[in-house]
Formats: sequence, structure tokens, C-alpha cells
Amino acid sequence: MIQIDGLSKWFDLHIANQMHVKPLRTISFDVEPGKFMGLAGPSGIGKSTILKCIYRTYLPSEGSIWYDSAVWGKIDLATANERQILHLRRNEISYISQFLRVIPRVTAVDIVAERLTARGVTRADAIEQVKLMLQRLALPEKIWDAFPATFSGGEQQRLNIARALISQPRLLLLDEPTASLDYRTKTVVLDLLHEAKKNGTTMIGVFHDLEWLKQIADDTVTLDPSVHAAPLQQV
Amino acid sequence: MEHLQININDFDDELSPFDGIDHTLTWKDEPLLKVRRLNKKYGSGCMLCESEHGMSEKVNRCPNCATVWAMRNVSFDLYPGEILGIVGESGSGKSTLVKSLYFDEVVDQGEAYLQAYEKQDTNIFELSNQQKRFVRNHLMGMVYQNPLLGLRMNVSSSGNIAEKLLAADHRHVGFMRARASELLNQVEIPISRMDEAPKRFSGGMQQRVQISKALANRPPLLLLDEVTTGLDLSVQAKVLDLIRRLQRQLGVAMLVVSHDLGVIRMLADRTMVMRNGRVIEQGMTDQILEDPQHAYTQLLVHSLL
Ligand SMILES: Nc1ncnc2c1ncn2[C@@H]1O[C@H](COP(=O)(O)OP(=O)(O)OP(=O)(O)O)[C@@H](O)[C@H]1O
Ligand SMILES: [Mg+2]
Ligand SMILES: [Zn+2]
Repeated sequence: MIQIDGLSKWFDLHIANQMHVKPLRTISFDVEPGKFMGLAGPSGIGKSTILKCIYRTYLPSEGSIWYDSAVWGKIDLATANERQILHLRRNEISYISQFLRVIPRVTAVDIVAERLTARGVTRADAIEQVKLMLQRLALPEKIWDAFPATFSGGEQQRLNIARALISQPRLLLLDEPTASLDYRTKTVVLDLLHEAKKNGTTMIGVFHDLEWLKQIADDTVTLDPSVHAAPLQQV
Repeated sequence: MEHLQININDFDDELSPFDGIDHTLTWKDEPLLKVRRLNKKYGSGCMLCESEHGMSEKVNRCPNCATVWAMRNVSFDLYPGEILGIVGESGSGKSTLVKSLYFDEVVDQGEAYLQAYEKQDTNIFELSNQQKRFVRNHLMGMVYQNPLLGLRMNVSSSGNIAEKLLAADHRHVGFMRARASELLNQVEIPISRMDEAPKRFSGGMQQRVQISKALANRPPLLLLDEVTTGLDLSVQAKVLDLIRRLQRQLGVAMLVVSHDLGVIRMLADRTMVMRNGRVIEQGMTDQILEDPQHAYTQLLVHSLL
């Protein structure tokens, strides 16, 4: 489903005395369709950088990211044009970060439903599905129609998860999706991820808690700071 | 951006395993608006500044002849239903760009093509005045920072909209009233106030009337120049919200000019950075904000975020 080949990323900061920052040395790994690939390694090693390169929030500096898209078949996400990436983000690739990009004055229900209506699902059907999802994530019903700007970190994170999972993405990128959740909600999220996997979603994820990672990951790439050229071990 | 970088043929023995359909055939992604090498100068120009690399990117005024280059080789594509943000400091040429597209300013050189127009292959700057009026009335809407430019302050809100409908040859009074109330309702102006003049409205309401007027003839393209600048923060949020909702509901494409990266972050799918009349960088909005490539964009992002 995804083949990462010699990916690296550096930042040339032209301000601050021409700093050259290289958070990610060369990395390569493959993920089979419907599998969960965990990313592990110490803080600052570049786990989030990998995810952001795949989502193209960062422009990869070197290497390729072959992705098997439903629309075009294989496509290199590292060099695909912006219009293609936007199309994939709308239809195939979702990303759950630790933070919700809060949009003022759009209700929780609508933020999630938007993902479905953008694809042509009727509003009524979308809201039906969204409510089921929010219920499972135990988001208190009284805040469904409120604006998420005022939500707690954990509530925003659940909304984020709902938003990403509702559209049954083909590829799901997860960056510490459960960081601010309590034990019970974490379990629900894990269940939802298992379900998504059953439905064929391929996932690449970072969990700071390795016990949780073990429960869902089929395979793990551990990034190792001591291996200079290829900080990669396929476990 | 010019051509698709899909190497599907490299893998033709390994077609998409999912449905066997070659979706490359159904992937149509034609720009609504193509803009090529727009130039606008104030002054006569000279040998130095007229030559391609004669003038530093760090200024827009020619050191030799004092000509101001408000736009220098501006090119971009805007796709149907997308929001393209245009960001840059004061004087970078953002307003000049949208005003030129709306024919409020005359460009010196350059081309623009509108796919929604029957003469898709004609540079809109070479149209006759009558054709330009048609494009302005039917295919574009403009929302100015200053509502005085977009509204008649002493004419009722419904009258403001009717003016735009009349320009598109609507004559039926009943239709015009119905359309005006529909439009004002869409921007959350109470119907009970449709016959009030905008001069009695707050700044936020005036901007909403301006937006509804710009949308009167259902154009596929809306140009918005700093529409929330100067409004209170809470009013700003409401107007931005409205813009976002309209874009989702109507699928209208927008060029959103702002010097405020917060506005751009909230609205734009893609963003273009301007400086001294030139396009410095363009990309997906999150990428421009989190991984800006150009030194100037890095400064902009770090000082304004
Ligand atoms: N009529 C004019 N005569 C001379 N110079 C002009 C004229 N109109 C605009 N300019 C110059 O053209 C340049 C671009 O102006 P423009 O209004 O497009 O900037 P802007 O990016 O919209 O700025 P702001 O953020 O302040 O609105 C500026 O240097 C401006 O001084
Ligand atoms: Mg301006
Ligand atoms: Zn000159």
C-alpha cells in the first residue's frame, strides 16, 4: 500500500543564521494493505516528521513515498502536485494529530459530518452516522451542538478521531492519537482502530505508550539515533 | 503544477487492485481561472527595470526611474470551488491583483483565462468593454475591504442587490425581491431589515451585505480583499465563518486576500505569498505555514504567527 524509499527531510532555515536542521535521516519501509505499521524511537528522532512528509504538510527533501491510490494507482506522494494531494486528503488519506484545528462557530457534529457531506452523503445520513460515532467515543451529548473551541484537550482529540475515522480512509496516519485520553476512551479508540483495520484501512502510527502500540501494530519501525546512515530497524 | 506527475504507465502490469478502472480518465482538474505573467506598473519604466532581472526582488520601486512595479509576472491557477489565499505585506500588490482581475485597474501586460466564460481561450483583458461588463456582472463577484466601494450606502440593502441583478438583465420586480431576500437570508441579515440602507448597519453587517451583493448572479468566482480587516475579532470570526460556509454550500471559488495568516489558515486550501509585486512561493496552506521554503515566507510565518 505504501513504500517509503530513502525518505529524508531537512529544513533550511534562512533566518536564524542559515540553520540547517535535519530531523530525519534516510528511512525506508513498506506497509502492506490493511496493516498497521508502528513508528517507535526516542523523542525528536523524526516520527512525526515521517507522518507529515506522507501527508505533505512537509515537503520531503529526498526519496519517494509510493502510495497505492484508489484513483490513480501508484503515485509518489513526495512529488505529486498540490491538487492531487488535496484530492487524496479529501478522499483517501486522513491524519490524526494531537491537536484539533479548531474552526470557530462550527459545531462538533458539523465538523465531523463535513467529512461525509464533502463526499456527497446527505446531511441527514451524515449526522446519523456522526452521532453513532460520537456516542461510541463517549463525547457527552450535551456538547455535540457546541463549538469545539471551548472543549478540553481530550474532547477535541476525540473529535479529531471521529473526524478521521468516519470517512473510512484508505490510509490513516496517527500521531499520538490517544495522548490526552483516559483509559476507558483509549480502549474505545483501540477498538475503533481494530475495526478500521478490518475494513481495510492501512495505518501508520506513533504511540508514546508502547504497550498500546503492541496491541494494534502488525509491525514496527524503530528509529535509532545511533545508526547514522540508516536509523532503521525493522522489528 | 503544469502537468500531472503520475507515472501510472511505469506500473501497468500492476493496475490499481481495487476496481480495475483507469481513473486517470475521470480525473479532470481544469483551472477555473488561469493567470499568466501579469504586470502592472506606475511610471514609464526604463531599460533597467523593464529587463527580466534588472531589479532586485527586495524593492518594487525602480532605483533608476522610480517606476513602481505593483505586479511583476504574477502567474497562478485557481480551481473550481477552491479557496486560494493571497498573503503578503502592505504594498506587495495583493489589491492590485484582485482589482485588475475585476477590471478596476488596467494591467500593462499579461493574460487571464476564465473557463466559465464562453470565450475560454480569449485573454479577458482583451475583451471589449461590453464583454468585460458581462464577465464582471455574471462571472465574478468582488468584496472590498471598504464597504463604501462595494455598496451604495444610502440605497436599501435589497436595492443594492437589485442593482446587481439589473446589471445582469433581470427586470422582474417579484423575482428581484425574492432573490434579494434569499441572498440576505443566506448571509444572516434579518429579512425585516432588507429595506434598510447599509449606512445604518454595523461594519460586520455591511460586509455581509457586500458579500450577498457579490453573489447576486451566482458567479463561480468571488474576489475578497481584506474583508475582515478592521472588524472586531468576534465579528471577524462570524464573517470568516460565513465565507467558509458559503464556499462549502455554493462551491464558489475564491481569491482571498489578507495580510493576516490566521485568516488564510482558516480559509485557504492553497496559499500564494506575494512580495514587492512578485509571487514568492505557493503551496498547500498547511505546508506554507509549517514548512515554508522561501526565506521571506519563513520570516513572515515566524513574525506573524
Ligand atoms: N495609483 C498608484 N500610483 C502609484 N503607485 C501605486 C498606485 N496604486 C498602488 N500603487 C503602489 O503599488 C504597490 C501595490 O499596492 P497594492 O495596493 O496592490 O498593495 P497591497 O498588497 O494591497 O497592500 P495593502 O496590504 O496595504 O492593502 C504599492 O507600492 C502601492 O504604493
Ligand atoms: Mg490592499
Ligand atoms: Zn526603471
